Amino acid sequence: MSHEPRLVEVRRNVLKQNDIAARALRERFRAAGVFVTSVVSSPGSGKTALFERTLTLLRPRHRVAALVGDLATDNDAARLARSQAPVRQITTGTLCHLDAAMVERALEPWDLETLDILLIENVGNLVCPSSYDLGEDLRLVLISVTEGEDKPLKYPTIFNSADVAVVTKMDLAEAVEFDAAALGRNIQAVRPGMPVLHLSSKTGAGMDEYLAFLEARRAQSCAGTAEAAPSVPLRA
Amino acid sequence: MHELSIAMSIVEMAEEESLRLGGGQIAAVHLKVGALSGVVTAALLSSYGLACENTVLAGSALVIEEVPVVVHCPRCDARRAVQSIQCFCCAECGEPAADVLEGRELLVTALEIR
Repeated sequence: MSHEPRLVEVRRNVLKQNDIAARALRERFRAAGVFVTSVVSSPGSGKTALFERTLTLLRPRHRVAALVGDLATDNDAARLARSQAPVRQITTGTLCHLDAAMVERALEPWDLETLDILLIENVGNLVCPSSYDLGEDLRLVLISVTEGEDKPLKYPTIFNSADVAVVTKMDLAEAVEFDAAALGRNIQAVRPGMPVLHLSSKTGAGMDEYLAFLEARRAQSCAGTAEAAPSVPLRA
Repeated sequence: MHELSIAMSIVEMAEEESLRLGGGQIAAVHLKVGALSGVVTAALLSSYGLACENTVLAGSALVIEEVPVVVHCPRCDARRAVQSIQCFCCAECGEPAADVLEGRELLVTALEIR
């Protein structure tokens, strides 16, 4: 005897567990006054080089730290440790993205109160990280001049999920006949209004503008927290 | 390729719901997948069978409803489709529109229970 199946309506967000963990992280970051920037890009776009430069330049002015995701090695953490900033590696094994729980575990040894800025480097991947909120204030998507100006059209989801696009390896722009206007148009097509910054981690060109952008967003975020404080009381 | 872990979350969620609803065999899970959810439906479908093995969902179907992107068009001041996922412009008037109202969801909406 077989029954006709009955249809039962439910409404559940598949990524709810991650969203809950991300929200908890965001509250902890706000409470501790830590500004969190995550970075996504293809493998080889220059995330680690940019982090190394960023940590070195920010360290005299702020208490900075970084988490770096990688499938298999801790090479990036070793490289970033040269900046003298606290760095922890998240080795994901076969997982192609970071999730909020991994960030939470990696932060365990650190007292967030001792930090001003936290940088999170996602696994090099332009697909999977777009689905996972990490509790960050700002998501950067990196694209290097060697990658092709149409990349935003090929990966619209990740570009749409980001807050700012950073074009890296500008020192190679001429050699690869990089077309900044074409890339700019393609970025605006998939994410109208997104700010676009250009820099070279190698020569340092564009780093001042990029750091000023981060500082401005951090100031906005702190001001936002102060304004929001009365309506969002934090429980002890 | 994060579709297998998403499929496993769906199975876990459906198992919980089925228990809450008094048990029973799950014949199908209905899922809404937004065009901006970052999920490739073909990969999700092929991962789903694997994720269902040795669970109460073994043999069940995954019914996917794809949700297109809907934005708020600032010029029309209305909900509008976009020209394409490569062009976030109002499908009616062509104005660039960044405010996404729908298309990011990844939701289990219904279960078919025997």
